[in-house]
Amino acid sequence: MLNNQGRPTGIEDVNASTNGYQSYTGSRGLSQVEGLIYEIGDKNRTGVDLPEVDDFESCLGGFERTEEIGLAGLTEPEAMRHYTRLSRKNYAIDLGFYPLGSCTMKHNPRLNEKMARLPGLSDIHPLQPISTVQGALDLIDTLAHWLKTLTGMPAVAMSPKAGAHGELCGLMSIRAALEAKGDARSIVLAPESAHGTNPATAALCGYKVKPIPATKDGRVDLEAMKEALGPDVAAIMVTNPNTCGLFEREIIEIADAVHAIGGYFYCDGANFNAIVGKVRPGDLGVDAMHINLHKTFSTPHGGGGPGAGPVVLSEALAPYAPIPYVVAGDESFDIVEHDTTGKSYGRMTAYHGQMGMFTRALSYMMSHGSDGLAKVAEDSVLNANYVLASLKDIMSASFEGPCMHEALFDDRFLKATGVSTLDFSKAMIDEGYHPMTMYFPLVVHGAMLIEPTETESKQSVDDFIGMMRHLVEKAKAGETERFTGAPYNAPLKRLDETGAARKPILRWTKSEDE
Amino acid sequence: MRYLPLSTDDRAEMLGKIGVGDINDLFADVPPHALLKELVDLPLHMTEMEVEKNFNAFAAKNVAAGSVPFFVGAGAYKHHVPSSVDYQIQRGEYLTAYTPYQPEISQGTLQTLYEFQTQVAQITGMDVANASMYDGSTGCGEAALMARRVTKKKKILLSGNLHPHYIDVVKSATKYTDDVVITNDPTVNNTESLLDQVDAETSCVIVQNPDFFGNLNDYTEFAAALQEQKILLIIVTTEIVALGAIKSPGEMGADIVVGEGQSIGNGLNYGGPYVGLFATRQKYVRQMPGRLCGETKDADGTRGYVLTLSTREQHIRREKATSNICTNAGLCTLAFTIHMTLLGEKGFRQLAKINHAGAVKLRNKLQNVNGLTFLNKTFFNEFTVRLNKDAAEVVEALVEHDVIAGVPASRLYPDNDELKNDLIIAVTETTSEEDMEVLVAELQEVLNA
Amino acid sequence: MTIYYSEDHEWINVEGNSGTVGITDYAQNALGDIVFVELPEVGDDFAKGDEVAVVESVKAASEIYSPVSGEITAINEELEDNAALVNTSPDGDGWFFKIAISDDSELEGLLDEAGYKNFITGLE
Repeated sequence: MLNNQGRPTGIEDVNASTNGYQSYTGSRGLSQVEGLIYEIGDKNRTGVDLPEVDDFESCLGGFERTEEIGLAGLTEPEAMRHYTRLSRKNYAIDLGFYPLGSCTMKHNPRLNEKMARLPGLSDIHPLQPISTVQGALDLIDTLAHWLKTLTGMPAVAMSPKAGAHGELCGLMSIRAALEAKGDARSIVLAPESAHGTNPATAALCGYKVKPIPATKDGRVDLEAMKEALGPDVAAIMVTNPNTCGLFEREIIEIADAVHAIGGYFYCDGANFNAIVGKVRPGDLGVDAMHINLHKTFSTPHGGGGPGAGPVVLSEALAPYAPIPYVVAGDESFDIVEHDTTGKSYGRMTAYHGQMGMFTRALSYMMSHGSDGLAKVAEDSVLNANYVLASLKDIMSASFEGPCMHEALFDDRFLKATGVSTLDFSKAMIDEGYHPMTMYFPLVVHGAMLIEPTETESKQSVDDFIGMMRHLVEKAKAGETERFTGAPYNAPLKRLDETGAARKPILRWTKSEDE
Repeated sequence: MRYLPLSTDDRAEMLGKIGVGDINDLFADVPPHALLKELVDLPLHMTEMEVEKNFNAFAAKNVAAGSVPFFVGAGAYKHHVPSSVDYQIQRGEYLTAYTPYQPEISQGTLQTLYEFQTQVAQITGMDVANASMYDGSTGCGEAALMARRVTKKKKILLSGNLHPHYIDVVKSATKYTDDVVITNDPTVNNTESLLDQVDAETSCVIVQNPDFFGNLNDYTEFAAALQEQKILLIIVTTEIVALGAIKSPGEMGADIVVGEGQSIGNGLNYGGPYVGLFATRQKYVRQMPGRLCGETKDADGTRGYVLTLSTREQHIRREKATSNICTNAGLCTLAFTIHMTLLGEKGFRQLAKINHAGAVKLRNKLQNVNGLTFLNKTFFNEFTVRLNKDAAEVVEALVEHDVIAGVPASRLYPDNDELKNDLIIAVTETTSEEDMEVLVAELQEVLNA
Repeated sequence: MTIYYSEDHEWINVEGNSGTVGITDYAQNALGDIVFVELPEVGDDFAKGDEVAVVESVKAASEIYSPVSGEITAINEELEDNAALVNTSPDGDGWFFKIAISDDSELEGLLDEAGYKNFITGLE
């Protein structure tokens, strides 16, 4: 007798019209609904076995915590499932092309993770005796050497914890240097296209920010800048390559002009990826520049951090750098934790900076070497220009190429389609892509800033271009709903950000459910 | 090069499409003299094996905390992190995601942030917490600036028993604003009086609990007195595990709580990356720095999470933003929240109890050592002892015997002769009874040699 | 009772020496869904042109400048819980604050309704 258990197996035998049913659970196959830990866990559950403690005499002085904290616990299998399920609701570089302009979402090599987890590097305390951390100091010193060599700068402050923190370090060094000369100045110039961190940082440093307009070709208006320069200008903050994805052609003239009035040139190094190994900022007249190790040197973005933002400094600024810093002796390394010169402006953070990120970044740099890093710049610029060349006929490129490692488009090509940059971006989600950076920089309307990075293959970039061309055609053909209702295929539909901001609910509370 | 997918043929074909002959044509905007003709003077690319060899060499020159009896704390603590935490944070979906700017495809990160914010608010006893700062010290600087925005006053009073690095960070953060920072000398035996130092210009007072030397305080009355004068109380906790055992800053009446969250989920990592916890009262939420995640609904009415109240932040508010912070502690936040979920109420409290019990046990054992005086009346998992010799020299002598005995106060206060012989000793659940016995024996020998 | 308009898209409804200030329908429409309004405190003094309030949508914040000099005598506390009033009733329940006008002559530099209409037509 024939065994027909388990039939049918071919799709032609299955009722194909079942995708319209609303599931009982709310889940859709592999897209599973997942509650909050407070809904699935409770105060009695725990996923950690901890020993019992014999009775002892407390030394808390009567300050015991008596009320319930309210934490919910999960056992290990429950916790694993909770976080694994949630992870699947995230887009990630490991899942696909992530063309966020200005963010440099490149592949994160796992070797770097492995190196950062060597017990001799991860399990060391920032205040254990210096004689027991010679390898750590050697590593920091080696990374500093790589950064100084790649930028052509004589000094580097390692402790800033992210790009914006690095900007603050750079501007404070500038202010300290000026004040040491008895030169109180009050203004920092920044182009209109600058990252928001630039003006925010300048304000923290007590400076007023004066915006500099852009030229029609997307660069700093040198003439306008020269007019704004004066004895009260402490510094100019310029991102180069800039946020329009372009190299500032007149960068030398910009540097010379600011130096001529006794000011300093702060370069925002967020886009260093485009020129690493090819151009040294030190050859462009830069006085200070932060380097986002989490961009150019591939330490993972981790859903928002952590980063690291070492700042390279010119000879003139180096004495004012923050503590601590590593000093290489003939036979051993030391770390200077207290200023003895009276010049350092202070301390950015407890301890010595983002060691875990230093390890990953150095592992990345050593893997690439001087030859590989130059290729990083070349391939990232090549991929971006290839995107620009392949899309400029149907999208509106904001500026003439060549671009650097990112290509900027605006929304002119969507005019009269009823589709906005936001809608277009959400439709990209339905196609399985993370959208590009949208509405930044502010200097063009409905900006779309595409940064493919060098770790995308030609096949990957071609697929992206094909998808973009398809969507542009659909938008122009009047298939508006495909865009305005998007995303249709993501774990959630478009979210109500207005409601979230009008009545902020920033934490779970018990009363909400009872 | 294993990380670069483009082949020589690809490159040629792509240059053709672009319409240029050479890759350097794309760098035409670079001033010619600045475009390097040769590679920079650094080693060429390496295989995985070669890189590993280099890093093994670095690692071999360090003494890992887990390899010796280890009593170092002072703001960073060696705790045990469950294996599943490190597995989860290495999942590509978390590790290789950006800031959740597209909420429809970032619910994983967003929901964990929402859970994190809730946990931090609960532990600190406050209404709301943000999605993290870089670390406790920079959070402390941000808190001082926030107090200025809330009170519109500019005098910041710091306890002398605040972590010296935190003091330095507050000073730097306010160096070029016109805030005035009033500092105090450390008092190891906790005899400080702050209330008589405040006046009509004071915006905030920053204290640490447990303080830098391990002492515990109840700030309830102090908080009430400050509130009457519209002065904010900022309580810093560098050992967050303590809040599983001691009264929360919120219950004491703090207005802002800053914590170093490294103890939960995160390794020592030689000082970073760590995770700054930042919590406050509901009424001050619009003056908070950093990202906030909030609950909302999608177009179908399904619950979801988004980043919210973004008009406080630099990318929108530019020079008027509450902070310049953009990248934060991200993945360290995730490690914290996973570890805290594994602990739960029961585990967190038990962990705190074990830490305290261990410290009490070590204190009891050390009482038999000659040449050592206790300076704390109260403590959680860390206390300070005064030795009959220079503490830095004693620590160095014990390194020779493979014991890392603690942090000599002189490492943080090099110019304070009074503290020269003081040693700060921390105990956690990773400290075994054998470790304690070794420390006791070694100290007995060195102090009485 | 006379209503004046500024080129920063505020209206001021003047009764005696008291002016009630809000933003125009054109402004609320341009700003989109308003989620928060940061108001001055009663008793604060402002000069004409000072930043007096901030209107926030989800992705933008706009400063509101005082159309005249004077002291704030009242603020619209309803907006604290319901900023959406600025969208639904910009010239009514969505008012921002009342100000005791210290210098009548400053009103002369403002637009009347027809003038403002002309002004915004010119913007489009």
